[in-house]
Amino acid sequence: MDALVELGSGFATALTPTNLAFALLGVLLGTAIGVLPGIGPAMTVALLLPLTRGLDVTTALIMFAGIYYGGMYGGSTTSILLNTPGESASVVTAIEGNKMARGGRAAQALATAAIGSFVAGTIATLLLALVAPTVADLAVQISPADMFAVMLLAFIAVTSVLGSSRVRGLASLGLGLTIGLIGIDATSGQQRLTFGISELAEGIDVVVVAVGLFAVGEALWTAAHLRRRPVEVIPVGNPRMSRSDWRRSWKPWLRGTAIGFPFGAIPAGGAEVPTFLSYVSEKRLSKHPEEFGKGAIEGVAGPEATNNASAAGGLVPLLTLGIPTTATAAVMLAAIESYGIQPGPRLFDTEPALVWGLIASLFIGNAALLLLNLPLAPLWARLLRIPRTYLYAGILFFASLGAYAANANVFDLYMLLVIGALGFMMRRYGLPLLPAIIGVILGPFAEEQLRTALQISNGELSGLVDPVAVVVYGIVALILLFPLVRRVLPKKAHVPVLDEAVHEIEEAHHHHGTTEAISVEARAKRGSDRSEDSDSI
Amino acid sequence: MTAASSGGATREQGRSEFGVALFLGALGLLVVVSALLLPESRIARGPVGPAAVPVVVGGLLVVTSVFLAIDVWRGGRGEPEGGEDIELTGGSDWRTVAMLAAAFLANALLIEPLGWVFSGAILFWGSAFALGSRHYVRDAVIAVALSIGSFYLFALGLGIVLPPGILRGIL
Repeated sequence: MDALVELGSGFATALTPTNLAFALLGVLLGTAIGVLPGIGPAMTVALLLPLTRGLDVTTALIMFAGIYYGGMYGGSTTSILLNTPGESASVVTAIEGNKMARGGRAAQALATAAIGSFVAGTIATLLLALVAPTVADLAVQISPADMFAVMLLAFIAVTSVLGSSRVRGLASLGLGLTIGLIGIDATSGQQRLTFGISELAEGIDVVVVAVGLFAVGEALWTAAHLRRRPVEVIPVGNPRMSRSDWRRSWKPWLRGTAIGFPFGAIPAGGAEVPTFLSYVSEKRLSKHPEEFGKGAIEGVAGPEATNNASAAGGLVPLLTLGIPTTATAAVMLAAIESYGIQPGPRLFDTEPALVWGLIASLFIGNAALLLLNLPLAPLWARLLRIPRTYLYAGILFFASLGAYAANANVFDLYMLLVIGALGFMMRRYGLPLLPAIIGVILGPFAEEQLRTALQISNGELSGLVDPVAVVVYGIVALILLFPLVRRVLPKKAHVPVLDEAVHEIEEAHHHHGTTEAISVEARAKRGSDRSEDSDSI
Repeated sequence: MTAASSGGATREQGRSEFGVALFLGALGLLVVVSALLLPESRIARGPVGPAAVPVVVGGLLVVTSVFLAIDVWRGGRGEPEGGEDIELTGGSDWRTVAMLAAAFLANALLIEPLGWVFSGAILFWGSAFALGSRHYVRDAVIAVALSIGSFYLFALGLGIVLPPGILRGIL
C-alpha cells in the first residue's frame, strides 16, 4: 500500500496549477504534432524536447508524460483517418479502423480508440505504480554483470522484431553503437572516433541524433517519394458510440490491457507483437468474425488498448532499469538524462517527488486525452489536410531550431544533416531505426556496466557470469537461435495464436504496398522449411 | 532474411544494396583500426581499456556487412519504409532532396552571420519551394512569421536567445 501513499504525494506534485497546465499543454501539443502525417510518437517527443529546456525537471517530465500519451493517440487518429500508419504499433489500428472510417463509422472508431486508450492507460498506469517500486527494489540488488546481460538482451530483442530482416536489424544496432562510441571515453580520458574534431569530444548530443534520424531523415525520405496526388481524408463528426458499440468494445479494452502491459514491461518488448496478438485474439473471440477485414470495432478497441497499455508498461523498464524498449521510450530516456538524472533502480529512492509526480501526471495526461480528444477530433482531422509542402518544410525548420537551441552550436546543424542522410539511407534499405536509437542511448551505459563488472572481478571474464546473468544469456541465445529451433520443431509445437499473428503481420506488410520482406518464421510456418536460402543470422 | 523483390529495378537496387554492405564493412574496419591505434592511457582504470568495446562493435559491423552481402547476393532486399505521404512506385526524386539539403545548409551557414530570423525563413521558404510550393509570397509571409514567432517564443518563453545576427538591437 506504500505505493498508493506515494502516488498520493505524486498527485500533490502534479496537481499544482503550473504542473497541471503543463501536463495539459503537453497532451495538446503531443496530439497536435503526433496527428500530423509522417510524424510518429518518437519524432513528436524529439521535436518537442527543446520546448521543455527552460522548465524545472519535475515540470518538464510532467509535460513529457502528456506529450508521450498525446503523441501515441495522435498516431492512431492518423492511421484511422488516412490508413497508412506512421509506426509499427498502429499498423493494426489501420487495418480495421480505416475500414470502419470508410464505412462511415470514423466517429465510432475514434471514440473506441480514445476511450479504450483511456481505460487501458489508466489500468496500466496503476499497474506501473504498483509494480515499479518492487522491480526497483529487486533491481537495486543486481550486479553490473547482470545489468550488462539485461542490456545485451535489450539489444538483441530490438534487432529481432517479428516480420523484419534480422541482419539489417544488427546492422542498424552496429551503426547506433558506433555513434554512441564517439567522444571521450569516461574511464580513460581517451578520445574515440573524434578524428581531432573538438566538437565531437563530448559525443554527439542525443537530441541531435534523435531529431536527425527521425525528423530530418523522415523529411528527406518522404520528399524523395512524395505522393503528388491530394490525400483523401475521411471527414469526421463528434466521436460517439452506440450501446452496441460499447457492448462490443469493453471486453477488448480489458483484454488488450492484459496483453499489452506485460509485453511492454519486459525489457525486450515493443508494441508490434502485442497489438497483433490482441487483434488475432479479438478475431477469434468475436461474435462477428465475418466483420473482421471490413471494419470490426473489436479490431480497433483491442489493439488500441494494447498499444496504450504497452506504452505504460514500457515505463517499468525505463524508470527502474533505465532500459527503453521502444523508440519513443528511448527518446524519453534521452530527455530525462538531459537533466542529469539517470533512470535506474535508485531513481525511486533518490528522486521520489519526480518519479511519483511523473506517474501521477500519466493519470492526468490520460484523463486529459479523453476530455480533449473526443470534442477536438474534427479539428485533428482538419490538421491532416495541411499542405505537404508546409508540413515537411516545417519539420526541417523545427528540427534545425531544436538541434541548434540544444547547444547553440552550428556544428550540430551539420551533424544533423549527416545523421539525417544516415536516416535516409536506413529507410531506403530497410534498416530499422529502433536498434540504432537504442544502441546510441544504451551503448555507453552497457560499456560502463561491462567495465565496472570486469573491474570488480579484476579482469576475470568469469565475473560476467552469475546466476541471473546466466538466465538472461540463455534467453539471448534462445532469441538468436530461434529461427533454427523453429525449423527443428514439429509443426504441432507451434502456438496457433502466434502463427496467426505472424501471418497477420506479413499480410499487413503486403497490404501497405511495400516489398515482401518475410521473416524466416513466416516461411517456416508455410512449410517451405526446405527453402534453399538458409540465412539465419 | 528477405524474399526476392519482384520490382523492376531489382538488379540496380541489388547493386546499391552491396554499397550498404560495403559502407558497413568500411565503417567497421575504421572503428576497429582507430581503436587499435589508441595510445596507451596513463589514467586508465580497470583491466578493460578503452579499445575493447570499439573492437567488438567494429567487429560486429564487419561480420554484419558480410552476412548482409550474402543475403543480398541470394536475392534478399531491404524493405523501403512506407508512410502516409510516400509513393514507392517511382524512383527517388534526387532533385528535391538536393534542394532541401541546400536550404538546410544555407540555414547552417547563415544562422550566425545573418541571424535566425533570416536563416530560418530561408530554410522554410527554400524547403517549401523544393517540395513544389509555388505560392512565393504566401510562403515568404509564413516563413517570416514562423522565424520571428519562434525567436520570441524561445527568448521570452524558454529564456534561450537564438542568434539575432544583423537584427541585433532591433529584435
